[in-house]
Amino acid sequence: MECLIGIRGKDFVLMAGDSVAGRSVVAMKKDHDKMYQLSNRLLMAACGEGGDTVQFAEYIAKNIQLYRMRNGYDLSTKAAASFTRRNLADYLRSSTPYFVNLLIGGYDDSDGADLYYMDYLGSMVKLPFGVHGYGSFFVLSVMDRYYKEDMTRDEALVLLQRCIDEIHERFIINLNSFKVKIVDKEGIHVMKDLRPTTKPPEETPGTQSMDIV
Amino acid sequence: MSIMAYNGAAIMAMKGKNCVAIAADTRFGIQAQTVSTKFQKIFELGPRLYIGLAGLATDVQTVSERLKFRVNLYELRENRRVKPKTLLSVVSNLLYERRFGPYFVEPVIAGLDDVTSEPFVASLDLIGCPMVTEDFVVSGTCSEQMYGMCESVWSPDLDPDQLFEAISQALLNAADRDAVSGWGAVVHIIEKDKVTTRTLKARMD
Repeated sequence: MECLIGIRGKDFVLMAGDSVAGRSVVAMKKDHDKMYQLSNRLLMAACGEGGDTVQFAEYIAKNIQLYRMRNGYDLSTKAAASFTRRNLADYLRSSTPYFVNLLIGGYDDSDGADLYYMDYLGSMVKLPFGVHGYGSFFVLSVMDRYYKEDMTRDEALVLLQRCIDEIHERFIINLNSFKVKIVDKEGIHVMKDLRPTTKPPEETPGTQSMDIV
Repeated sequence: MSIMAYNGAAIMAMKGKNCVAIAADTRFGIQAQTVSTKFQKIFELGPRLYIGLAGLATDVQTVSERLKFRVNLYELRENRRVKPKTLLSVVSNLLYERRFGPYFVEPVIAGLDDVTSEPFVASLDLIGCPMVTEDFVVSGTCSEQMYGMCESVWSPDLDPDQLFEAISQALLNAADRDAVSGWGAVVHIIEKDKVTTRTLKARMD
C-alpha cells in the first residue's frame, strides 16, 4: 500500500514517499519518513515488510558510513547501489531474506545525478524515473507522458504533484501526504510535504448553494 | 506464474561464416508491468566472447557478476583468454553447484575461439546442462517462437550483414508474439577483427 517515487532531473534527484505507516487496515502514523540518508549525497527510499525496511536501510547506511571512515571518501551512487544489490541478492537465498523495495538516488561528481530502482529480489536498474508500489500502475503512465530529460527542480515538483494527484484520484488507499527530498551537489534537502491539490467543490448546474440561517 | 516468466526475456545466438551473432531484448518488467526498456542481458566476457542470460533478472545480474569473477581469476591464473568451449564448462559448473537451489537463468554463449577464430554457439539450462549446436541457440519465455523464426531465416555460412538481418528478424518477430518480451532489442555481431553492436528499432509494446 506504500508508494515511492523518484525523478531524475538535470543535476538532482527528486525523491518522494507516502507518509503513512500502516499495519493491516490501520494507519498508525501519518507523518512517517521512508527515506534514509546513506551519506551526504545518497538517499535511499525503502518500502515493504515492516521491520525489514528499517533494519536493512540502517544496515546499508552504516556500512556506507564505514566505507567512508575507512577510505576517506564516499562511495559513488553506482557503487553504493551495487553494494546494496549484492546484499539483497545474497540474503534472498538465506533463511532471512529482506522483503524491501528500494529507490536509491544520489549525486556524485563523476556521473552526476543517478536514480536506481531495486526490487526485493535484488534486480537493479538505472532509471530516469521509478515508482514502487500499487501507485506505480497509476503514476508510470503520467511520467511517460510528462517527463523530459534535464528538468529543473520546479518542473520536477510539478510532475511529482501531478503524480500525487493521480494517486489521490484513482488509488483506493488514501495516501494524502508525501515526504519530499532532493539530492544534489550540495547534499540532501528536505522539501515541504506534498499533498494532493484540493479542488474547489463544483457547482452543479440548476442548483444554488443555500446558506441555512 | 512461473519463476522463469516473472521478468521475461528473449535471447538468441547464431553462427555465420567466420562470425557469430548474439541478440537479446532489453525489457525489464515485473510480470505485466514494464519497468525499464534498457536492461542489459548480454555481457562481454572477452573481446570476442559474449554470454546472454535469460530468466529471473536478479539471477541474471548475480550470475553475470559471479561468472565475471571466475573468468577474471581464470585469466589471471592461465595468463590467457578463456576459450568459448571452456567458458561453457565454467558456466555449467557454476550452475550445477546450485543443483538443489538453482539460479533461475538459461544462458546462451556466443563467441569466436581466441586462437583459431572458429565460431561457437552454445546454451545451457538452469542447472548447467550444456548444449553445443552448429546453427543457432535460443533462450527465454518465447523460445518456441524463436525456434520457429530461426529455423526459417537461418542458413549455413551467412556473412556478417546477412547474419545481422537474419538474427534481427528472428528476434523481433518472435518477441512480438510474447507479452513479456521485447520493448527494445540489441544485437552484437562478432567478427574476427571487430564487434558491431546495434540497437534495433523494435515495437515498444
